[in-house]
Amino acid sequence: MANDTVKRTLTVAFLLCIVCSVLVSTAAVKLKPLQEKNKALSTKRNILQAAGLFEEGKDVDQLFSKIQMKVVDLASGEFDESVDAGKYDQKAAAKDPVMGLSIPDDQDIAKIGRRAKKVPVYLVHEGGNLETIILPIYGKGLWSTMYAFLALEGDANTVKGYTFYDHGETPGLGGEVDNPLWKRQWVGKKLFDKDWKLAVQILKGRVNPQKPEAIHQADGLSGATLTSVGVNNLMQYWLSENGFGKFLVRIRNSGGGNG
Amino acid sequence: MAKITKVLFDPIFKENPIALQILGICSALAVTSKMDTVIAMTLALIFVTSLSNLSVSLIRNYIPTNIRIIAQMTIIASLVIIVDQLLKAYAFSISKQLSVYVGLIITNCIVMGRAEAYAMKNGPWMSFLDGLGNALGYGLILFIVGFFRELFGSGKLLGFNILTPITEGGWYPTNGLLLLPPSAFFLIGFIIWALRTWKKDQIEEEN
Repeated sequence: MANDTVKRTLTVAFLLCIVCSVLVSTAAVKLKPLQEKNKALSTKRNILQAAGLFEEGKDVDQLFSKIQMKVVDLASGEFDESVDAGKYDQKAAAKDPVMGLSIPDDQDIAKIGRRAKKVPVYLVHEGGNLETIILPIYGKGLWSTMYAFLALEGDANTVKGYTFYDHGETPGLGGEVDNPLWKRQWVGKKLFDKDWKLAVQILKGRVNPQKPEAIHQADGLSGATLTSVGVNNLMQYWLSENGFGKFLVRIRNSGGGNG
Repeated sequence: MAKITKVLFDPIFKENPIALQILGICSALAVTSKMDTVIAMTLALIFVTSLSNLSVSLIRNYIPTNIRIIAQMTIIASLVIIVDQLLKAYAFSISKQLSVYVGLIITNCIVMGRAEAYAMKNGPWMSFLDGLGNALGYGLILFIVGFFRELFGSGKLLGFNILTPITEGGWYPTNGLLLLPPSAFFLIGFIIWALRTWKKDQIEEEN
């Protein structure tokens, strides 16, 4: 029982902790650059996919060079050129007492609690014209916060692509938000009606293509009512006056020219 | 040699950690809705269990009995963090899907159970094999459960369409229940039933 003396116990515990902490911190420090590269690459790939610019096998960084990052102040809808969009961290800003704001309960339909005052957007210009606007949007589903990129055409109304890239919904049910077929039905949908009122809506069940409002509607996910409601809510929030509303109005008024 | 075979292969059918010892059920429910997460989880568990058994066994004569559980825990937790970091660096999309479950290997009873029951009493090489065998036994059940859940739940295997589901223009109406964790309970129940019909000595005595 020589092992059980107080001195022995403390020595063994101390040495074991030293060895383990060295191993763990070495792994964390050595692998950090690779992990951050992966993270950045996966964000870029998701943006490209939403914009329909992703090509399998091509260099992501090269494809991404077409895309311009800017930061928008949602309160005014204006670009804030003073912020370096490449380094801007929206999640950290949302938590920050100065850079973020708390959303009043009656407005918080996306159930996100806080958001950053300034939000990054991604723009693609083709021959001087604004071709694609990609908006990062997110909100609560059934289990998790779902993160998406919504790509719009230069008219700030027609959907060009929609990609949910991070969520923890039930695979096969709510998880079908990342099903390519479900995402494809969004292409060509109009978010706003002719009076520029927000009209987009997710139905429970299937859209009847005969109806005139079908252009604003998308199929719900079968077996995942609450996830569908969540997707609907987060779009209602981010496209409203409290979200990207002012920014989209400004794009529209400038005729999609030079954003 | 016979002993090596016994230590390595007994946990696969004869003393399967999930089917006989009923350990590690939590993660068996959580990660089996798709085959690719099953593979990643199995590899992670093989790494953690065999190396934790090895390290615990190496220092078993120095660990004071009154802090032995904490000492084992420290080793296991360190290994799990290393696996998690490796996955994030080299298999980013899989690590995103496994999310918290890699971290939860720390609380997987199989790892603790083998360290305490075997590695504390046996040499490093045998302990290593015992950890490997138990992780393989765990992996086998995960593979069976994952196979049925992904095939009949989403009509796919490893993400490729086998039974093309209706939602993708095919004929197969997917079974939503299989994608929910409780279905793994049913499947594990059937596996235990089948195993005990085959190996009658696993049936517990009724009293």
